[in-house]
Amino acid sequence: MIVRGTQALPLPDAEATLAALIERMRGAIAFDAKFVGIYSGGAWMAERLAQAIPGDHPVGFIDVSFYRDDFSRKGLKPEVKRTELPFEVEGATIVLVDDVLYTGRSVRAAINELFDYGRPATIELAVLIDRGGRELPVEATYVGARLAVARSLSIVLSRGADGLLALGTEASGA
Amino acid sequence: MRNPQLNAAGDLTHLLTLEGLPAEIIVRVLDTAVPFTSIAEREVKKVPLLRGRSVFNLFFENSTRTRTTFEIAAKRLSADVINLNIGVSSTSKGETLLDTVDNLVAMNADMFVVRHAQSGAPHLIAAHLNRMGRTHVHVVNAGDGRHAHPTQGLLDLFTIRHYKKDFRNLTVAIVGDVLHSRVARSLIHGLTTLGTPEVRVIGPKTLLPTAVQSLGVRVHHDMREGIKDCDVVVMLRLQSERMRGALLPSTGEYFKHYGLTSEKLALAKSDAIVMHPGPMNRGVEIESAVADGERSVILPQVTFGIAVRMAVLSILAGS
Repeated sequence: MIVRGTQALPLPDAEATLAALIERMRGAIAFDAKFVGIYSGGAWMAERLAQAIPGDHPVGFIDVSFYRDDFSRKGLKPEVKRTELPFEVEGATIVLVDDVLYTGRSVRAAINELFDYGRPATIELAVLIDRGGRELPVEATYVGARLAVARSLSIVLSRGADGLLALGTEASGA
Repeated sequence: MRNPQLNAAGDLTHLLTLEGLPAEIIVRVLDTAVPFTSIAEREVKKVPLLRGRSVFNLFFENSTRTRTTFEIAAKRLSADVINLNIGVSSTSKGETLLDTVDNLVAMNADMFVVRHAQSGAPHLIAAHLNRMGRTHVHVVNAGDGRHAHPTQGLLDLFTIRHYKKDFRNLTVAIVGDVLHSRVARSLIHGLTTLGTPEVRVIGPKTLLPTAVQSLGVRVHHDMREGIKDCDVVVMLRLQSERMRGALLPSTGEYFKHYGLTSEKLALAKSDAIVMHPGPMNRGVEIESAVADGERSVILPQVTFGIAVRMAVLSILAGS
């Protein structure tokens, strides 16, 4: 279903979608896999996934601002976070985590950044929402839910004071 | 007239001075520098942000540290860096400053990092580029005469914020040759803009500008009195060439009154930090025991300086 304009989109419940994603990942994830969340939605998810999925999973965070391909058009966003990967990337099994998979450009940037820390053995990708619209040959290994959404809308993950995740939409800026 | 450092959208497009720069722009530079501090800890000490851009270091006056840290900053952003030692090149053949700039723009320069003995030279270049419609070319002042050294001011602010978190309850003392110091001037403007309640300048009458109070600082000629209960002590380099101008009797006499010793530092707060923009003269403005002591953050200042310059270059390039 394609929703046009800015009319309200029937979005799935974020917590239920996360639970479905965890079910899919359970048993498929290496015991020592390292979770790397892309700021900010992916970072919240990575912490949750690392706790819920059996094994010993260190968590790292990536801000892809310095690797984006739209810097010359948009400049640097106002708030850049510090990338923190508190483990050896060389030879590691990495699960990259993002909230929404759309064009694939953030994932491309995150993979490039990971390689500046070392050469991982494997990188998998887990996303809460796959909204289609890819501009690069990037696919997720694990998906919570698939949605078709008009280009005029951005899907935004937020985290409440209670720590619970919620999905919403905004008019897309670019 | 519009602030020549800002473009029509109000974004920073040249960095010429901290004077008159809005607090949110200063804070944005400091915030952006934080993630750049971790790049030096990685296997590949580089990000691709400025790939394909050319940064020209135009140094009309000697400087090793500032030029090197700008060069490292640009290289860690993947820019191409061209160092021009202008003192021994075209200008000595009679070319004007703006002709030199136009020639480098014709070589597709994207950014100029300018150090000049004349106050206002970087401003002149920026105004010229704006007038010629070269809005994609950016200028960073790396120190002009006695006027300003904004990236040093920003790295000092970054260092203070790193150790003290908030400016709004701090007492900062700046000690020494304030009269000739563009570092002091930039830091005072930055501290004031960020709401530092008390900034003191300490030095002999001959080394303080006559109207220094107009910058919003308190003046002390007695160092023991001035340093009392400070959170931050910034020592300035005593420029030895000042001795020849008969502004001071001798370096020994200067050290006795205004040199930072462990005994004088004990009058500041017990967790006070000691800063120095370098290069320092041990035994003239600072005792070795203090310079190498646990309160000294002089070397972290150098490291932070690279991250702060990376932040400045990337914010300008993205404007």
